[in-house]
Amino acid sequence: MTAATLERPAPPAQSDASDAPAPTPRRNFSEELLKVEDISLSFGGVKALTNISFDIRKHEIRAIIGPNGAGKSSMLNVINGFYHPQVGCITYKGQTRSQMRPHEAAKTGIARTFQNIALFKGMSTLDNIMTGRLLKMRRNFLWQALYWGPALKEELEHREKVEAIIDFLEIQAIRKTPVGRLPYGLQKRVELGRALAMEPDLLLLDEPMAGMNVEEKEDMCRFILDVNDEFGTTIALIEHDMGVVMDISDRVVVLDYGRLLADGTPDEVRANQQVIDAYLGVSHD
Amino acid sequence: MLYREAGQFKTSYAKDQAIFPIRQDRILMAILIAIAVLGVPALASEYFLETIFVPFLIFALAAIGLNILTGYCGQLSLGTGGFMACGAFFAYKLATAFPELHLVIIFLLSGLGTALVGAAFGLPSLRIKGFYLAVATLAAQFFLVWMFNKFDWWTNYSASGVISAPPREVVPGFFLTGNDASAVTKYLFLVCFVALMALIAKNLVRGRFGRSWMAIRDMDIAAEIIGIRPLWAKLSAFAVSSFYIGVAGALWAFVYTGSVEALAFQIDRSFQVLFMVIIGGLGSILGSFLGAAFIVLLPILLNNGMLAIDPTISTALVSHIEFMIFGALIVLFLIVEPHGLARLWQIGKEKLRLWPFPH
Repeated sequence: MTAATLERPAPPAQSDASDAPAPTPRRNFSEELLKVEDISLSFGGVKALTNISFDIRKHEIRAIIGPNGAGKSSMLNVINGFYHPQVGCITYKGQTRSQMRPHEAAKTGIARTFQNIALFKGMSTLDNIMTGRLLKMRRNFLWQALYWGPALKEELEHREKVEAIIDFLEIQAIRKTPVGRLPYGLQKRVELGRALAMEPDLLLLDEPMAGMNVEEKEDMCRFILDVNDEFGTTIALIEHDMGVVMDISDRVVVLDYGRLLADGTPDEVRANQQVIDAYLGVSHD
Repeated sequence: MLYREAGQFKTSYAKDQAIFPIRQDRILMAILIAIAVLGVPALASEYFLETIFVPFLIFALAAIGLNILTGYCGQLSLGTGGFMACGAFFAYKLATAFPELHLVIIFLLSGLGTALVGAAFGLPSLRIKGFYLAVATLAAQFFLVWMFNKFDWWTNYSASGVISAPPREVVPGFFLTGNDASAVTKYLFLVCFVALMALIAKNLVRGRFGRSWMAIRDMDIAAEIIGIRPLWAKLSAFAVSSFYIGVAGALWAFVYTGSVEALAFQIDRSFQVLFMVIIGGLGSILGSFLGAAFIVLLPILLNNGMLAIDPTISTALVSHIEFMIFGALIVLFLIVEPHGLARLWQIGKEKLRLWPFPH
């Protein structure tokens, strides 16, 4: 346990996610942040998603699970406007629309990380996280060209915010390192940092713990829980590690073959016969 | 031993974000500027200033322009020659139509005009990428040169199609263009002007604009997700890049050659600048200078070197050998360091930090 966690008044008890018993839902959520209704998405003849409806409530950690190819990543892509569903609508912050646009999603506070790391490989850690703040920077071209006065002041203000994120993620030592040279686990962490720099209301994490060892997973869980607790960020995450999912999420959506299989608390989902069948297979005789 | 940042503590983010955060770099830069402003004009002959330093500085400016587009924003362009022609002809039209305009204003205005043209030819970049975009920018190259060649209006109906820069003073008493212009005036003007433009380019690439360009270059999908609009990022890169190249073209016609025709800006000019950027280092302002120096200086050095070794050698043979050695050196450099001279410099600095105690 690091000093950062100890200093906090009420440290979350779930830090060591992999072996602790599943905690009961910590809070009650009522206010809806995002709702998808009847979403159907197909690529030519391939149906990626069929009639999916669920909601994400403010401040919760929402997990999306399912076997490979179930449509989980497609679902995230629909939410932040990368894919445009043929049918259905998305209600975000009370505004209903049939599709998001990436730029709009970013502006209204949806950030995400990718399954295959999508960092800017030629730039340093610091610059990568600074790009997360581009939307919040306002100074015009001429001030930028001078790099002086208001432009410099703005740059420094954002640098300070970014440094806070760097401290939070404990990546001070690699601040100036080009991210292409970093090991996988750290790259994932920088990517989380870039998403956090956007100060999102809704954070979409696509397999934040894929390919990590136990220690790195524990760190990542700690960061996710801390982000949720301290910044009040709503989180939707896709993850294959069931131990992690059951431990940290408040509610779980299960997808299989592009259909919604189950939706509920971890305990409900765990007991659902259809989910067990989807994961373990079922005999057809 | 000498190059080490030990003991230099930065107490503010502003200091950490300086262009040269290490004291030794600042000293080196100050010495370089002193040499460039005081040493070179005092020591170099008229011939050296006119044939080496002036084209070097102008090419460096063009290379900065292309580097912004290709190195920072990742959009391959072969239209450099065409955009230089734009700058040259715009400047000529402006200078002849408004004789009272100051030269610097003419250069900047022709740069702005080129920026508009560049942004227009950058529109295909929203749809096509990489080599296909390079082919699309060839259209700009051929169209622009053809246009300046075809329509006499651009040359004020001169029979030969050649434009000659009208004589103008940069400060009262010192002619920058025309027959009365001295090499020292040209050189000093270019040093100041190019240094200032390079500083502005550096400021742009380390700020908001540079980050959105690099984000588009490295991973356009992720860039879109964090709210960068590819349209604006790419078009602004095309515009800024064309501005620099246009100004370089105007300087080429006005300050370097004095009179020029559209055919001077053909495709080999585009390649020349592209090679400077590649050899100097993509995504580096310093690299633009190094690349320009390499391409401009090396042939001259080789030429003079061979004549020094054997004064009786025939000039045809000299130029053939020069081509061979030059080509071999380019290949060698790219094998040794594919990321260009700027990266070599970077590695050298890292080695120097540890020297002479490597552990």
